[in-house]
Formats: sequence, C-alpha cells, structure tokens
Amino acid sequence: MSLITQLIDGLSLGSVYAVIALGYTMVYGIAKMLNFAHGDVIMVGGYICYEIMVSAGMPSILGILAAMVVCTVLGITIERFAYKPLRKAGSLAVLITAIGVSYFLQNAAMLIFGSETKTFTSVVPSFALAIKDLSISGLTLVTIVVSVVIMIALTLFIKKSKIGKAMRAVSEDKDAAELMGINVNSTISVTFAIGSALAAIAGVLLCSTSKGIMPTTGSMPGIKAFTAAVFGGIGSIPGAMVGGLLLGVIETLSKAYISYELTDAIVFAILIVVLLVRPTGLFGKKINEKV
Amino acid sequence: MKNLKSLSKYARTNIYSYGMVIVAFVVVTIAQSMGMINNFLGGLLVPVCVYVVMALSLNLVVGVSGELSLGHAGFMSVGAFSGIVAAAMVRDSISSDPLKLLIAIVIGGIFAGIVGFLVGIPVLRLRGDYLAIVTLAFGEIIKNIINYIYVGVDANGLHVCTGTADNLNMENGRIVLQGPQGAVGVQKIATFGAGIVLVLVTLFVVINLIHSRSGRAITAIRDNRIAAESVGISVTKYKLTAFVTSAVLAGMAGALYAMNYSSIAAKKFDFNTSILILVFVVLGGMGNIPGTILATVVLYLVPELLRSFADYRMLIYAIVLIVVMLAKNSQKVKMLKDTILEKIFKKTKPTEVGDNV
Repeated sequence: MSLITQLIDGLSLGSVYAVIALGYTMVYGIAKMLNFAHGDVIMVGGYICYEIMVSAGMPSILGILAAMVVCTVLGITIERFAYKPLRKAGSLAVLITAIGVSYFLQNAAMLIFGSETKTFTSVVPSFALAIKDLSISGLTLVTIVVSVVIMIALTLFIKKSKIGKAMRAVSEDKDAAELMGINVNSTISVTFAIGSALAAIAGVLLCSTSKGIMPTTGSMPGIKAFTAAVFGGIGSIPGAMVGGLLLGVIETLSKAYISYELTDAIVFAILIVVLLVRPTGLFGKKINEKV
Repeated sequence: MKNLKSLSKYARTNIYSYGMVIVAFVVVTIAQSMGMINNFLGGLLVPVCVYVVMALSLNLVVGVSGELSLGHAGFMSVGAFSGIVAAAMVRDSISSDPLKLLIAIVIGGIFAGIVGFLVGIPVLRLRGDYLAIVTLAFGEIIKNIINYIYVGVDANGLHVCTGTADNLNMENGRIVLQGPQGAVGVQKIATFGAGIVLVLVTLFVVINLIHSRSGRAITAIRDNRIAAESVGISVTKYKLTAFVTSAVLAGMAGALYAMNYSSIAAKKFDFNTSILILVFVVLGGMGNIPGTILATVVLYLVPELLRSFADYRMLIYAIVLIVVMLAKNSQKVKMLKDTILEKIFKKTKPTEVGDNV
C-alpha cells in the first residue's frame, strides 16, 4: 500500500481515537478525574448498535441513535451513583471506583451478550472512492468526516453556547463558578452525557472497522485514547483532537513500515519521549507552582 | 493486649505485620500436614505470597511516596522472564532446586531494579496523572517486547532472536521464551516456604526503609515537596530510592510467581494485573502495612474461592469494590460506625485527620 493510503487509514483510526479522547479530556477538565470506565462505555455503545442492527435487523441509523441514547443515560447514571458521592474524596478513591465501574460493565456485558466475539457488520454500506490509483473505502471516509464534524460541532458548542461557557468556567474554578450562579452538578452531568454520546459513536465506528465485538472491545482503544488525551495535554480539547490523530497516524505507519508486533511499544515509547520533552503534553497548560 | 498498647506505634506495626505472616505460615503448614489443604487451595499459596509482596512494594510508591503507578505488573514481568532465563541457564549445572530458585529471584530483582532505575528517571520530571500514564505505557511496552522475542539455551549459551523460534540457530537446545506464547517448559520449583521468606524479606526492607532517614525524607516529599526541597532534601534521590526498591521487590516476586507455573505468557502481567495490585493497596489503606497484607489475602482469595459462582464472581467483585469505596468516603457511614463503636466501647474514637482514601 502506498504512503498516502496508509496516512488516510491512520487519520481514520486517529479520528476515532480523537473522539474517544474528547470524552476523557472533557471529564478530566471538569471533574478532575480519570474516567477509566469510558472505554467500556464504547463497548456498550457497540453492543446496543449490534443488537438493533444485526439481531433485530433494523436500519443502522436507528442502531447508532439507540446506542447514543443508551450511552448518554448510562454516562449520567454512572456519574450520579458512582462518582458524585466521591466529589470531595481523594483522586485515588475516584480512580478505584472508576475501575470498579469498568469491571462491572465488562462483566455485565459478558453475562448479557456472552464472552465470544460477535461479527459486526459495518454501519456504512460498502463502497469505495477511487481517485486515480488511490482507493479509499467508504467506511474510512465516513469515519473521518463524522469525526471532523463532531470535533467542529463540539468546539463551537464549548466556545459559543451558554452550557459550553459554564463547562469552561467549572473547569477553570469550580467554586468561583458556583458563586457566579452556575449549577456545577448539572454541568458535570452534561459533560458526562456528551462524552458518553461521543463514546457511543466511536464504539460503532470502531466495531465497524474491526468487524467484531466482545466485552473487552473497549479496553485497548480506551487506553490508547487516554494516552492520546495525555499526549495532547489532558484537559485541553484541541489537544485531545491532535493527540488522537497523531496517535492513529503513528500507529498505522509503524504497523506498516517498522514492525507489526512492536506497534504498541513504539506508540507508547513516543508518548514517553513527548512527555519527557513537554511534561504536560503538547497543548497542556504549564502549571506554575505557588508556595 | 495491654503490653501491646504500651509499645510505640512502630513496634506495634512490626509485631502485627511479622506476626501475621508467621502465624499464617504455621497455620497453613499444620493444615497441610493434616491433609486439610487440597490441590486447589495449595495452588493458591505461592500466588498469595507473590501478591502480598507486590502490594507491599507498590505501597512504597503509592502510599509512602505518594506517586500513582499503573505499571507495577511491568516490573513483575521483567523479573519473571529474566528469572526464567536465569533458571534455564543454570538448569543443568546446579542440581539444588532452592538454589536455582534463589538465583532466579535475585536475577529477577536485579533486572527489574535496572529497568526501574531507567523508568524512574522520567518519573522525576512528571507529576500525578502524567506519571500514571508513563508507568502504564511502560507496562505495555514490556509486554509488547516480551511477546516479540525468542530465547533459547544450548551448550553454547544463550540465543536471542526475533520473528520465529527457527532463527535461534541452536544445536539441541531448549527454547525458553517463545514469543507470544511466553515462557515454556519452566521448572516448577517455587514453594510456599520460599514465598513466606520473600514476604518476610519484603516486610523487613519496607518497614526499615519507611522508618529510616530516607523514609522520613520520602514522606516529607510526599506531604509537601516544596517544603521538603527547601530544607535540602534531594527529591530526585529519594523518589528514585522508593521507586527502584519497589521495582526490585516486584521483580523478585515476579520471578517466584513464574517458577510456580510450567508456562507463562507476558499477557498475564498486563494493565489489569497492575490495577488489581493497586486495588489491594488502596483498599488496604495506603501506607498501612498490616492492612495491605490483609486486603491482599482477602481480595485475592475471595474471587478464587467464589469460582463456583463462575460468571457472577467478577460482577460481585466489581460491585463490592464500588460499594466499599463509596462507603469508605461517605459521611453517613462514618457517623454510623462511630455511634456503633461508641455503643460497644463506651468511648469515642478520635476522628482521623488527613486520611484521603
């Protein structure tokens, strides 16, 4: 395959990572927590879409919408029952709870849907775009377009809308935001809702690309997207986008040109090097210490 | 009991910790001689010791040094596979099993320590969640690399290659590491006694480190880095001390763990294993040594003993984990606990200050 095809595949993978990373980074920015269960929300989204689309045989658009609704409700529920009571607790307590939620989702999925891999049919009808001798599959194209649309919409939402403004205020200073009359609790809920809805879309795109789904489907992409978020500077929205895209491209290129087996090692090694040079990620704010 | 209370806190922690391990060893040995321990339970003895060592060593990083590490299983992996290779090299020249095991454990500890030192250098530049991600990344890198290499031993010594086992170019040698399949044909020489000895050694190292000058420097850095730095404590030196010590102990535990199975793959030491150990440490109470030991034993054994519930056991485990974390941080539960304690002991327990988790 030519370099350009590889680059396009990398962008496609990277844009899915970026969409997932957005969920991580928004939650981190606002609730100051690492939501380890985010990867498993992706998996739930994938299964819901699978059940509607493959088992019930309904159109794929219904599957995607159902996945988004279920994941949004799931995200809000998780936040309400597992994370909200720990708002004042230490960050490790929240981390362990998030891990508990992640185990819970994985095992619940195993009981409900079974542990075997199920074949996922692509949500995009198979077609290919051919420009000269370059051929891009429809799924790749749709993935990139959908992700770019999501990123632009989200950026506008956070920059222009009132809720977006509230989100930025809460991430800057929770107490001051509360004094200004912002409802911090509902702002955090909205953040979880948006992050989870994005995770549902990412889940469907991811399963369409890998053509299979199982209860642990979300783990590795979750870790990779988390890495991407840190790569770009966690808490920063453009950082998550750039981090995700870069990670996808690096992964695809090293798979094609360096070594298939060592891909993960290369991706993570680059991450470590980046963090050594820029300890707060590419777009992370430098934190000045006050005594 | 009265005498115990009059001792210093330091001495009490020591007595509880060492006492617990020795009592456990005596009880298990007696039970074993009476034939009360079946094969299934017997198979859990070495892993329990290994996980106790892992939790105690991670406690040094997370509890004492206050850094979040998500790649502790990576050091276990380094220790396990370097230990396996070392044991395979001396397989024919040394006949005594305990000596072979000792060599494997020492080599495992040394290699994990070297890797810990190399990984520890970035640790000094990063804080909090960024540190967590670097350790996570490191764990994944180790897993990936071990999945990639093939190692064999023959009369000429060690052969290392990548790709397939055919590239080893051995003459009648034995394959030790087989890429994604991991280590094969490992001699099962780990014993419960060795596990207990390793736990005692770990306790000795950890307790003495915590209560030494270095230990006080490490906790000072954890509590307030800037204040510690301003009184002339070298942050680099002491953080690295805690990190490398923890890595060495984890490597030794890994080597012991590997010697308990005839074959073992790198994917055993993945992110989930790191998380499992972190859960032991956090639920045991960070920095609390007897608590860590107890939490590890209970949390490791319960899911194993619940195997008859098969599919439901991890679901139950997850729910218990969430409920415990919520209860531990809930004001209502704390008040309820205090009133119950008050009724039983007719006195109020002093409220703890500064306990975060």
